[in-house]
Amino acid sequence: MSEQFFIQGNEACARGAIEAGCRFFAGYPITPSTEIAEDMALFLPKKGGSFIQMEDEIAALGAVIGAVWGGQKGMTATSGPGFSLMQEHIGFAVMTETPLVIVNMQRGSPSTGQPTMASQSDMMQAKWGSHGDYEIIALSPSSVQECFDFTVEAFNLAEKYRVPVMVMSDEIVGHMREKITIPEEVEITYRQMPEEGPETFLPFKAPSDGTSPMPAFGDGYKMHITGLTHDEKGYPDASNPESHSKLVNRLCNKIRKHTDEITRIKEEFTEDAEIIVLSYGAPARSALTAVKNARKQEVKAGFIKLETVWPFPKKLIKDAVVNAQKVMVVEMNLGQIFYEVERVLPDKEVELLPKIGGEMHIPTEIMDKIKDMSH
Amino acid sequence: MVKGESTFMKYLRRDRLPTIFCAGCGNGIVMNTFFNGMEMAEVDFDNLILVSGIGCSSRIPGYVACDSLHTTHGRPISFATGIKLANPEHDVAVFSGDGDAAAIGGNHLIHGARRNIDITVICINNSIYGMTGGQISPTSPKGSYGTTAPYGALERPFSLADLVTAAGGTYVARWTTAHPLQLSKAIKYGLQNKGFSFIEVISQCPTYYGRKNKLRSPIDMLNWMKETSINKRRADKMEEEELQGKIIVGEFQKKPEPEFAEKLCKLLEEQCVTGKPTAIRSAYQED
Repeated sequence: MSEQFFIQGNEACARGAIEAGCRFFAGYPITPSTEIAEDMALFLPKKGGSFIQMEDEIAALGAVIGAVWGGQKGMTATSGPGFSLMQEHIGFAVMTETPLVIVNMQRGSPSTGQPTMASQSDMMQAKWGSHGDYEIIALSPSSVQECFDFTVEAFNLAEKYRVPVMVMSDEIVGHMREKITIPEEVEITYRQMPEEGPETFLPFKAPSDGTSPMPAFGDGYKMHITGLTHDEKGYPDASNPESHSKLVNRLCNKIRKHTDEITRIKEEFTEDAEIIVLSYGAPARSALTAVKNARKQEVKAGFIKLETVWPFPKKLIKDAVVNAQKVMVVEMNLGQIFYEVERVLPDKEVELLPKIGGEMHIPTEIMDKIKDMSH
Repeated sequence: MVKGESTFMKYLRRDRLPTIFCAGCGNGIVMNTFFNGMEMAEVDFDNLILVSGIGCSSRIPGYVACDSLHTTHGRPISFATGIKLANPEHDVAVFSGDGDAAAIGGNHLIHGARRNIDITVICINNSIYGMTGGQISPTSPKGSYGTTAPYGALERPFSLADLVTAAGGTYVARWTTAHPLQLSKAIKYGLQNKGFSFIEVISQCPTYYGRKNKLRSPIDMLNWMKETSINKRRADKMEEEELQGKIIVGEFQKKPEPEFAEKLCKLLEEQCVTGKPTAIRSAYQED
């Protein structure tokens, strides 16, 4: 039997994680994501899982990576300042192909900024924040139901591609209460054990756009896992240009070459639209309302919501705006995803409707801009 | 086994040898004493997981034929915490250095000790950053030279064994590479202690510390360590002035206390409604 609840986005993330099989959470208190840690502290022991409050966010992600190599599914949750601290271990997780999930309930930034107010100002940091060339996956929920659904999906994608997956939400969605349905059963991707035994298995041998099965520590494979550039055995091979190029290209290509399988957008009224409003996360709600209102006033507006933000859903966006000439990007920052949209639509008129300060765009603000752009 | 070869060669990844360590480095002695202590403690090698940070000493796990995680600078204890909690049956040990454990990783060190999680940390303290070429560290003696202290170190050094004792470590000892038998025994006690164990090993870096501080040969450095060491039991009765320039060795703490992973397991047993109080290997589908 499916169950219905009236809960916060943060709680939905915690419930989604547990449904997806997460049995380890390490965290550090930070507004506005703290309720995720609190709920994990409350719920995980009931499922036999471990919660630990670490000394900082760097340690939190370190502990998660350790637990994942120990054979569990792990998650942490944070907001801007904590996300900045986690960048070091995001890179380590990428390099060691450690599947895990990070929820970032974004708040007003830079620095300590606005702890209790929303923003979408870490979107580029999610993609580029750690040093080096790499790819991650990021999803952006705009409702409490999506907090649950996308967290489950984040775990499945993490296991499939052996990559950190980020749930990039914001204070509004995290603290908003809505009715959600938790299905009786959710589809779960389990971690794969190698078919080969320890004598022949090479932990980092994989197709040039893929990854390998991942045994746990203690399974007898006696692996060496390092953040240094490594060969197929996992041994450091840091001064060999070919090894580095092969490894880092594979780490990027295992995501880039599977962009079509990974990415999802939501479209409404795009077919005959002359102007498309593109958004994600909380302001996508206002954007859809504005588009519906525009339609009532016989303005041919359309709506795109990015459910996957990274890898960037280039092809899906291009296909969806093929008939429109104008695109408006609505986001709670001074322009981040806007530049990506501009990049993938060089022959369209792309404009930004930014908003910072912590409050979401209201539909009339978007409606006014639709009218402006329609002329 | 090749005739005349160390019996501990069976614990090494032969395809990774030779090591990157300089001639005369103390890391080889520490590896040797670790295997000795591990055998004395009757630790099952197949159950051992080694974790390390960044630096010369942190390269040790890469040469040992067990599951090993070579992590980020200063943070191996945080990773080891997750490994231990994912399966508390494992024996988890961390290799670290003075830069790794005392500078960039100082916070993780004191919180690991405070939690009293069952991890054994071997900190090879050579008072210098070797990997990056001889910069001073938080344990460099006042007045000692390094490439970043060409006029001598101005800062006061940490006494790591005292620091970890104060932070709550339940087995804490300090020895030097000139005390291999005492060191092996300390490692044995550390591995046997159910809780946070910290073994500080004062070690020689002839390449950088020695060269900068007129202790050029490894023999000079080992002799210096032997001559200046004084046992903690004796040192406790001496005046501060008498202890100037001395290395205090011995056991700093040996006080069993409830261990963190055990306490957490007990909580899970009490709270778990699924009848499966541990989630060991839960990322994999059950057969």
